[in-house]
Amino acid sequence: MTLALLFFYLFSIIAVASAFMVIASRNPVHSVLFLILTFVNAAGLFMLAGAEFLALILIVVYVGAVAVLFLFVTMMLDVDFASLRTGMLQYAPIGVVIGGILLLELLLVGGSYMMAPTVTGTSVVPIDHTIDNTRALGQVLYTRYVFLFQGAAAVLLVAMIGAIVLTLQHKPNVKRQDVDHQTRRKRSEGTELVKVKSGQGL
Amino acid sequence: MLAAAGIGLGHYLTVGAILFTLGVFGIFLNRKNIIIILMSVELILLAVNINFVAFSAELNDLAGQVFALLILTVAAAEAAIGLAILVIFYRNRGTIAVEDVNSLKG
Repeated sequence: MTLALLFFYLFSIIAVASAFMVIASRNPVHSVLFLILTFVNAAGLFMLAGAEFLALILIVVYVGAVAVLFLFVTMMLDVDFASLRTGMLQYAPIGVVIGGILLLELLLVGGSYMMAPTVTGTSVVPIDHTIDNTRALGQVLYTRYVFLFQGAAAVLLVAMIGAIVLTLQHKPNVKRQDVDHQTRRKRSEGTELVKVKSGQGL
Repeated sequence: MLAAAGIGLGHYLTVGAILFTLGVFGIFLNRKNIIIILMSVELILLAVNINFVAFSAELNDLAGQVFALLILTVAAAEAAIGLAILVIFYRNRGTIAVEDVNSLKG
């Protein structure tokens, strides 16, 4: 058994076990932390397959952004998570049946596939092993797949604007600076000249 | 590339299949808690990404990694929008239980 195979089994066993803990854990915060563990181990699997850039992006984007977002939302919402777990065993059998059938089908397909002879050796973008993975990916991402790259950027932009628009709330009783209202203000609205008789006050 | 290290394509596909199944199973198991359902969707997308990267390494083709990168961005956007919807739903209704999401049911 080579060292790479040993690490493959290490990463995949931890990834699968923590993925199971994500769905089985009692506390949603623990679920998020196990999700982070799954992603880190999946990044290890990517690294073993030679996709170094994707492995690091997986850690940066998923662990750094998505998982922290999940953690933030889980902790911000004041929800009784115990009540959400009632009836969990009620749905487990159907889940086991459907998941089992799905896994069986996937493993049957995975165990008996055959590569068509026309597929191997006809890569769309052959991997150049003389340069590093990040450089190779950049060279193809900014040239051949530039429109897909722009599309991904547009998706992220729409997601960002959408998230802000959805969660922005205007409170009517909070005083905010309104520059337009301030500059439109006339002198007659703000000041008043009062004739004060001496010795009487207002 | 993969075969040289003794790791076959089948190894990766098996891990991907197990992760995918765990994601689907998680949706059934936690069908009241929408946060765990969103996490299960992330697991499913991760399983798909593992398959893409495995085929990319097996076929010596960089296009699979480009596609995995695009799936990564879509997954991040989906998580952001889903959690934003979850937050405003909680703000309006005070609950995140899936069976309470029934305003559209006539």
